[in-house]
Amino acid sequence: MEDLNKELLLDLYHTMVRIRMFEERVRDLALKNEIPGFVHVSIGEEASATGVCAALRHTDFITSTHRGHGHLIAKGGKLDRMMAELYGKRTGYCKGKGGSMHIVDFALGILGANGIVGAGLPIATGSALAAVVAGRDAVTACFFGDGASNEGTFHESLNLAAVWKLPVIFVCENNGFGEFTPAQTVTSVRDIATRAQAYGIPGLVVNGNDVIEVYRYASEAAARARAGGGPTLLECKTYRWEGHVVGEQAFLGAAAYREQAEIEEWKKRCPLIRFQQYAIASGRISAAELKKIEDETLAELDAAVAFARESPLPDPAEVTEDLYA
Amino acid sequence: MAITTFVQAINQALTEEMERDPLTFVMGEDVVLSVFGATKGLYEKFGPTRVRNTPIAEAGFVGAAVGAAMAGTRPICEVEFASFFYCAFDQVCNQAAKLRYMSGGQAKMAITFRTVYGAMGGAAAQHSETVYGQFLSVPGLKIVVPSGPADMKGLLKSAIRDDNPVIVFEHGGLGRAREEIPAGEYLVPLGKAAVKRPGEDVTVVAIGAMVPKALKVAEKLAADKISVEVVDPRTLIPLDEETILSSVAKTNRAVVVDEGHLRGGAAADIAALIGEKGFDFLDGPVTRVASLDVPIPFSPPLEKATVADEARIEAAIRGLVGR
Ligand SMILES: Cc1ncc(C[n+]2csc(CCOP(=O)(O)OP(=O)(O)O)c2C)c(N)n1
Repeated sequence: MEDLNKELLLDLYHTMVRIRMFEERVRDLALKNEIPGFVHVSIGEEASATGVCAALRHTDFITSTHRGHGHLIAKGGKLDRMMAELYGKRTGYCKGKGGSMHIVDFALGILGANGIVGAGLPIATGSALAAVVAGRDAVTACFFGDGASNEGTFHESLNLAAVWKLPVIFVCENNGFGEFTPAQTVTSVRDIATRAQAYGIPGLVVNGNDVIEVYRYASEAAARARAGGGPTLLECKTYRWEGHVVGEQAFLGAAAYREQAEIEEWKKRCPLIRFQQYAIASGRISAAELKKIEDETLAELDAAVAFARESPLPDPAEVTEDLYA
Repeated sequence: MAITTFVQAINQALTEEMERDPLTFVMGEDVVLSVFGATKGLYEKFGPTRVRNTPIAEAGFVGAAVGAAMAGTRPICEVEFASFFYCAFDQVCNQAAKLRYMSGGQAKMAITFRTVYGAMGGAAAQHSETVYGQFLSVPGLKIVVPSGPADMKGLLKSAIRDDNPVIVFEHGGLGRAREEIPAGEYLVPLGKAAVKRPGEDVTVVAIGAMVPKALKVAEKLAADKISVEVVDPRTLIPLDEETILSSVAKTNRAVVVDEGHLRGGAAADIAALIGEKGFDFLDGPVTRVASLDVPIPFSPPLEKATVADEARIEAAIRGLVGR
């Protein structure tokens, strides 16, 4: 980490803390039904969103998933407007029309979370195509899960991006499960990165809980994409600490689909703790500096919740607005 | 008779039909653990050959169900949310629906698709849609929309025994609806509507989750001496035209209620039928109550403003009877 400047390191930590705190709060609010609808959190998976987006420019694009809060925050999403969207308020990013699974902010290059598994892959490919057509040097990072890599859209998109050498980074966040099904029971390969070989593009396995490693791989992939070298498939190995969807215990009952010990094992590999240990051991960052980031984020989050609570609901008359340009 | 929920009714139908015919099998995403509980326990009972978790690959596994049906088995294929059918449209519309006809009647396509549809509170545009309207103009499919547990069980069993591709649409908001189901073998034929409440002044043709809503409104209006007959078509293809038309012949007024979008949907189809074949019975225009022609929005007040509801059903009935 010696070669990385301190400001970047603090930014990486700040982003991970913002994601963690935002999602822990969102989980609690959703359990109290203060936030409606389906809510999927990525607690424990913060490093992949953070490391990848840190390797992007403001003018680059991302596509996200149903488990997208982390990606959005890492690309610059504001906690207050995200929270307001989750509350279904008019001040939210999508005026309350989208909710947790559908947040979009074009100004930040966020082409959208998505409720359809695998839908982001062709969209990211098209966004990269637009950069080529319009002669911009923008890169698109495409986040998706291990489960999505079994959709036809994954295979069609990798092939298309490869033959047209499009500037896209396919980021597979392999958290071991698609809903309640273990990845290995429905996926033909252990490492999804190996599927890149079928399309003649680089495929790399990354420690998805090590934000610095993710950042380095993503930076290389972005540089390759910008230089006309085409797409890369990065597989970030990670783990989902929480349920597939907040509140799943209510309908699953006691039927567990994984061992508690496995969850505990992965909690020991917490990306935030890992970073703290690095940072302090390096002697370049103090515990007080980390604490300051946490305190500031807590204040930002409290303000975001207050903003969401106080914001007005949309007027029913707004329901027919925004359908056509 | 035992009280059963909608989801338990599905589970009973699946269990009974799988016991009855060893060529039936269940496949879909997370059917082993069963998110909504409909397939719970089937894996333990019937084992891994006949109860299969699929990868998240709708075009692939829906298509595999088509192939398995052509080769003589009877797949029961779950598509978790109805909007995910869009990912598998070719296999449903170009393959399952057409292959028997195109092959001059050779292919037998005994597939049952089960899927959850409808607005259920904040699930937003890609998990709330009522998509059967999109399938109404695909000849070769049968479309079933049960409104309660007993019909659910009886219709699903008939669907599984049918030699054609049948899509059974289960409203996500009905999961915990409870009803008594007759003991023993209980079959409801496809193509037979049910008069859920007899009445004299106006016919309300209601579909799926709109049926319990229409019944509530009918109960309320009875206090105002407005007598509402509620007809539940139960299957949209085949459609029981006779029951609908004879109800309108009696009441001379018709409201069609559907959760699908207004344009091009099931309500449009049934209203056209009544207008065309029931014109002489009518004392007023056939009125449709359906969801607005926008994607289902996330925010609860917007969702409420979009989806057909009891207030709009009541207003439509009062508008027709003039009080
Ligand atoms: C096309 C489609 N099929 C199924 C679903 C239901 N679904 C939502 S999330 C999910 C699991 C996705 O797994 P993965 O891609 O690994 O992402 P993760 O949830 O693990 O982050 C499924 C099956 C969906 N939303 N869209």
